[in-house]
Amino acid sequence: MQMPEPDSTVLVRRRQIAEALGRIVPGEGVIADNDELAAYETDGLTAYKQRPLIAVLPETTEQVSQVLKYCQQEGIKVVPRGAGTSLSGGALPLADGILLGLGKFNRILEIDYGNRCVVAQPGVTNLGITKAVEGESFYYAPDPSSQIACTIGGNVAENSGGVHCLKYGLTTNNLLGLEIVLIDGTVLRLGGKHLDSEGYDLLGLMTGSEGLLGVVTEVTVRILKQPETARALLLGFPTSEAAGDCVAAIIAAGIIPGGMEMMDKPAIHAAEDFVNAGYPRDVEALLIVELDGPEAEVEELIARVSEIASGSGAVTNRASESEAERERFWAGRKAAFPAVGRISPDYYCMDGTIPRHQLPKVLKRMREQSEHYGLRVANVFHAGDGNLHPLILYDANNPGELEKAEAFGSDILKLCVEVGGVLTGEHGVGVEKRDLMGEMFTEIDLKQQQRVKCAFDPDALLNPGKVFPRLHRCAELGRVHIHRGQIPFPNLPRF
Amino acid sequence: MAETWKPETTEQVAEAVAWAAAEETPIELFGRASKRGLGRPLQASHGLDLSGLTGITLYEPEELVLSARAGTPLAEIEAALAEKHQALAFEPADLGPLLGGAAGAGTIGGMLACNLAGPRRIKAGAARDHFLGFEAVSGRGEVFKSGGRVVKNVTGYDLCKLLAGSYGTLAVMTDVTVKVLPAPEKTRTVLVLGLDETQGLAAMTRALASAYEVSGAAHLPATLIPESEVSYVRDAGASATAVRVEGPAASVAYRCAALRKALSDFGPTEELHGHNSALFWRELRDVKPFWSRPDCFVWRLSVPPQDGPGVVARIEARGDHLRYYDWGGGLVWLAIEPGPDAFDLAVREAIAGCGGHATLVRGPETLRAAVPVFQPQVPAVAALTARVKDSFDPRRILNPGRMVAGL
Repeated sequence: MQMPEPDSTVLVRRRQIAEALGRIVPGEGVIADNDELAAYETDGLTAYKQRPLIAVLPETTEQVSQVLKYCQQEGIKVVPRGAGTSLSGGALPLADGILLGLGKFNRILEIDYGNRCVVAQPGVTNLGITKAVEGESFYYAPDPSSQIACTIGGNVAENSGGVHCLKYGLTTNNLLGLEIVLIDGTVLRLGGKHLDSEGYDLLGLMTGSEGLLGVVTEVTVRILKQPETARALLLGFPTSEAAGDCVAAIIAAGIIPGGMEMMDKPAIHAAEDFVNAGYPRDVEALLIVELDGPEAEVEELIARVSEIASGSGAVTNRASESEAERERFWAGRKAAFPAVGRISPDYYCMDGTIPRHQLPKVLKRMREQSEHYGLRVANVFHAGDGNLHPLILYDANNPGELEKAEAFGSDILKLCVEVGGVLTGEHGVGVEKRDLMGEMFTEIDLKQQQRVKCAFDPDALLNPGKVFPRLHRCAELGRVHIHRGQIPFPNLPRF
Repeated sequence: MAETWKPETTEQVAEAVAWAAAEETPIELFGRASKRGLGRPLQASHGLDLSGLTGITLYEPEELVLSARAGTPLAEIEAALAEKHQALAFEPADLGPLLGGAAGAGTIGGMLACNLAGPRRIKAGAARDHFLGFEAVSGRGEVFKSGGRVVKNVTGYDLCKLLAGSYGTLAVMTDVTVKVLPAPEKTRTVLVLGLDETQGLAAMTRALASAYEVSGAAHLPATLIPESEVSYVRDAGASATAVRVEGPAASVAYRCAALRKALSDFGPTEELHGHNSALFWRELRDVKPFWSRPDCFVWRLSVPPQDGPGVVARIEARGDHLRYYDWGGGLVWLAIEPGPDAFDLAVREAIAGCGGHATLVRGPETLRAAVPVFQPQVPAVAALTARVKDSFDPRRILNPGRMVAGL
């Protein structure tokens, strides 16, 4: 992975820069010690490592503003970071850039039950928001699997999803307001406790912008009352096609489950070996379908989904009869990543989305590629929305295997695009999928996105080297090429 | 307008825009022009009529996705969805009759450009939340795309959000893809009669803070009750606070009963079923309570729900108006008798205390040219807005001035 060439004029000024930052963020907020910086050298995509020039841990919006302003004036790159759980290298540091850690922004600022929202600092964990309101039986709906660690600010940057997002939406659908700081130090408030935006939806644009447009310093999210009850069905199928048919039939019947997850045989076995969730070992595909709501509704839908599953050829068809059983059904799925981690020294988690009906084709091609590369692959799949997480098993200690895993992963993502899907459903582009952007977008598409970036960050100092395969200078992007005097198409109907 | 073009292909749109960019000639974009009176009036010498870009190009009900060319009538799309028992979950409002036109005249492109939503906004989101991807022509005359045709996608910036609610000022959408959802099987509405606005807010808040998945919460004061065609409402003779539940039959019956019980201490309750419930919410969605007063100026305020009645009280201190509440108090529709004062200052000041925004949805052209139609932005946001506009449309030829003077 090629990162932008470090700027030697910045590298030589390291000590001065640390001193200047120390005047903005006093005390222990500036880390320049090489050993201490090791803590920040990677995120959830551990294959890539790079120590930052300096790490800065501000505590106030004013400090963030001053730091960014200073960095813009001095031409220093900035990589924002929450908890560093990104699976796409979104928080991978730069050798000549400061790492702006928002971990000290860890307070809930307001809980407003009347307006059904929570105002939090960006370093509060996703689960921390639910914990703060669960006493009143409220919760925050998006639930990425890293929710115990990942921060709400990072969720905004990545537009995180989770297993419940088919019914309850992604971060972007649950976000009401932001305070952000631009690279020139300007502090802006977008949205608030009301719905929709005045003017352009900059709140929506910020969500999922991977730290390239601004730094989030405050977040307002809506909270929901917990459903009265939830039950899950464990459904096993002899083929992945049958499982896919079942998912389509459930949705065609007008049912949107709270969660609908699929696992293939290797994932089922890994999970079962790890947590003994009671999964059938002799099926090719397993579905966990969760229905939530009032008891009367859940009863009815469990019966209907169970019947649909039988019609689709389910050979295992069990409904949870207790909260403990429901949790057991989920235990294997939730432990799928560490379970795979147990059977392989390393694994590489992919994140494409496909139109759901393409699943059999994609799984077949994946099996072929698995043989071609000589690497095993296990699949977990947010079946309701087509978001696929193939886990490629490899051993980084075997020379060349990481490269093979990356090549395999890149083939999978290209396949996702080829069948009408996208490169990333919820993990972000980061550095990982940056060079694949051309598979999905034309140069014109990408230039338009970069022009938007220029509106926020004209010197490309915020998180450069992420998302876009080629960096264009804003001046170049801003040029208008005009061919004056062309007559608009003579054939065009006029009135 | 000197000339109006009616392109039939994306390439023709691109060619027209490229020409306009070269000539620095402003162009007005419209589909079937049902919302042409919404926003600031334009001074454009050329028009781009997009109603020739029609047709549903992809509809896969099991994938919950539909693509169509931008000028496709919304009515056609809603009919195709209804055949498969699906719908646009955000209930896009039909503002045609409010703006003096026909019902059912809008296009899907117009719906997205105005980021429409209805009462279900509180549960299902607005058009922005269901907008998955597009192909469009930028103000440079370049064809570009963003997003995709799958519901879960974080590849690149979410430019769908930017285009939703941009009123045609950033790019000319030619093809769009939206998420669709199953239509609710059943609908019922609990009415609590005779509450004042503060009590109405309290009742809505209690319902929305319940686990009963309320999909609509509105308060119609007694003065506007006669505007409803639902006899149960019209004959009530008192204000109506309404709470809607939707879903499978047994669940709807259960939640409706539970809500009636939970709200019983506010006052007597009634129920609307099926057709009556649907009609009542359609009336609120399309602002029917103000149709009979075609000359009134109409404002739409989005505020924190708990501030709804307070904002209204602050405006009332400045003069009489009619209003009703949707979104659990967070959406206020306000009608003002035509006169020298359009209440713009009063509305802006009332909102300043709590945050939110107000749009002058209906008013004569002279008024919409004279006062800001959309919420004025603080300087830093306004400056960023201008830079974003220029990143798509550097010569400011697309619907210039529709949202903000000079932009």
